[in-house]
Amino acid sequence: MRKAIVFAGVAAVAAGCATMQDEAAYREQAVAWMKRDFHARGMAKTDRLNQDELQRACTQYNNNPPEALVKRVEAAEMAGIKLPADGKYLGDWKRGQRIASSGRGMTWSDKPGAAGGSCYNCHQLSPQQPSFGTIGPSLRGYGKTRGYTAENRKYVYQRIYNSKAFSMCSTMPRFGHSGTLNEQQIKDVAAYLMDPASPVNQ
Amino acid sequence: MRYARVLCAAAGLAVGLAGQPATAQSDDRTAAEFDKFREVLEEANPAELWELKGEELWRQKRGPKNASLEQCDLGLGAGVLKGAYVQLPRYFADTGKVMDAEQRIVHCMITLQGFKYEDLANRPFSRGNYTPDPVSIVTYVAAQSREMKIAVPQSHPKERETYEIGRQIFFYRAGPWDFSCASCHGADGLRIRTQNLPNFTKPGAQAARSFIGWPGYRMTGGVMHSLQWRMNDCFRQQRFPEPGYASDTIAALLTYMAVNSNGQLYRGPGIKR
Ligand code: HEC
Ligand code: HEC
Repeated sequence: MRKAIVFAGVAAVAAGCATMQDEAAYREQAVAWMKRDFHARGMAKTDRLNQDELQRACTQYNNNPPEALVKRVEAAEMAGIKLPADGKYLGDWKRGQRIASSGRGMTWSDKPGAAGGSCYNCHQLSPQQPSFGTIGPSLRGYGKTRGYTAENRKYVYQRIYNSKAFSMCSTMPRFGHSGTLNEQQIKDVAAYLMDPASPVNQ
Repeated sequence: MRYARVLCAAAGLAVGLAGQPATAQSDDRTAAEFDKFREVLEEANPAELWELKGEELWRQKRGPKNASLEQCDLGLGAGVLKGAYVQLPRYFADTGKVMDAEQRIVHCMITLQGFKYEDLANRPFSRGNYTPDPVSIVTYVAAQSREMKIAVPQSHPKERETYEIGRQIFFYRAGPWDFSCASCHGADGLRIRTQNLPNFTKPGAQAARSFIGWPGYRMTGGVMHSLQWRMNDCFRQQRFPEPGYASDTIAALLTYMAVNSNGQLYRGPGIKR
């Protein structure tokens, strides 16, 4: 009887738990290889290979971490969002359009400060721009369909600043948190989505 | 004569592409032009120019040791080229690790011919009229596996281990934009702007887009590129630091994707947009 229980335990380890241990061991090796094989270039230093807690958890749980962890991390990401001191969430949609269209920023071939939002790489926005990606949902007519409310203006600002505050393992970069876009740039892109005059809402 | 014609056609197209703004209409037009030229090029593939150059480099006595590469073992024995490329990356007992095609060629250039890694890694990617020697050589080697099935081995424990490490690298999220390879290549039907992104996590025809057509003549720029370049540019877009040329990290990634490509038909060096 006791033997049977022990045997079952060993079998369980062999079947399931051992695999997870293997995964962790392979991941450790993968990180060691990358740290050995990469070098800094331009603004892309090797410390970029170090994961923060969110990146580590999203990798480990295959973008599907346990509920309690999600709640805690999303709250921390939300708390890190700096809202504009003047309480205004929208800037100039025309400047926002240029930022939304630019795929620049944060690569080793970019200059520090020269950054866009790559929004069109992942989202449909203005009907006048038929070259758009599909990694994120279509944002066409965003303000018009969601409503030009104060609440939505704030939400869009926060979304762009840190998408992970709403969806921990989102594919969308944390533009404010990572220092890719500054306050004015985030306001400008937010206006591109939320200004009634923006082509996005025509 | 045949090559001259191909070159002119290709150069004309490259100029046409460079001058166009990036809109969907022009992308559609570009795609149509691309298809048209691919038809023309099918019987006279520009990659053949680099195959010839690569063959010359393979046979010539070169380097500080004044030796040819004819004794280079690409996995099937010294000097055996037929079918070698579709079975790479694979384990090599002499180095004790899994190596991809270009990494192995570089290894042979170092051990047989006496070249230095630092020199080969100094300017490893094609640009304008410049093609690094390993790119021509890997094109020649790849051409000796034309119309053969991809059959990357997983029998040695190191080969299975390297596959798993490659898989972990593929899914590793980091950098200022939190990307991994899977952010762009981990689901079906994704697109960046109008460029389709193959899902390399799906074994079969989709994953094989990491293998088929490489090394490839790239219409944008009119140069020959190998997978070393593709990996480098994807890591750039991923906002990572730069991976070492012909490094084990790249060999592991290529192993992961190539094993997922097994069973698909390799048609030889190709054309990429
Ligand atoms: C790498 C792809 C990617 C990029 C680049 C990107 N996004 Fe997103 N975005 C997503 C995804 C995926 C979602 C879906 C929700 C989620 O996973 O968080 C999303 C969601 C959103 C939402 C929420 C939609 C809703 O229903 O409320 C907004 C707003 C948004 N993105 C705006 C932007 C803007 C503006 C930019 C450019 C500054 C941008 N995104 C850049 C991938 C991206
Ligand atoms: C930000 C998005 C992005 C990331 C992250 C990314 N890639 Fe890519 N990848 C692309 C684009 C865009 C292309 C070009 C597609 C085309 O030319 O049509 C591409 C092309 C490729 C190709 C060639 C596909 C073909 O059809 O020939 C391979 C192989 C590849 N990527 C592998 C990787 C690997 C491995 C990683 C991780 C190191 C990675 N990519 C990360 C966007 C990305």
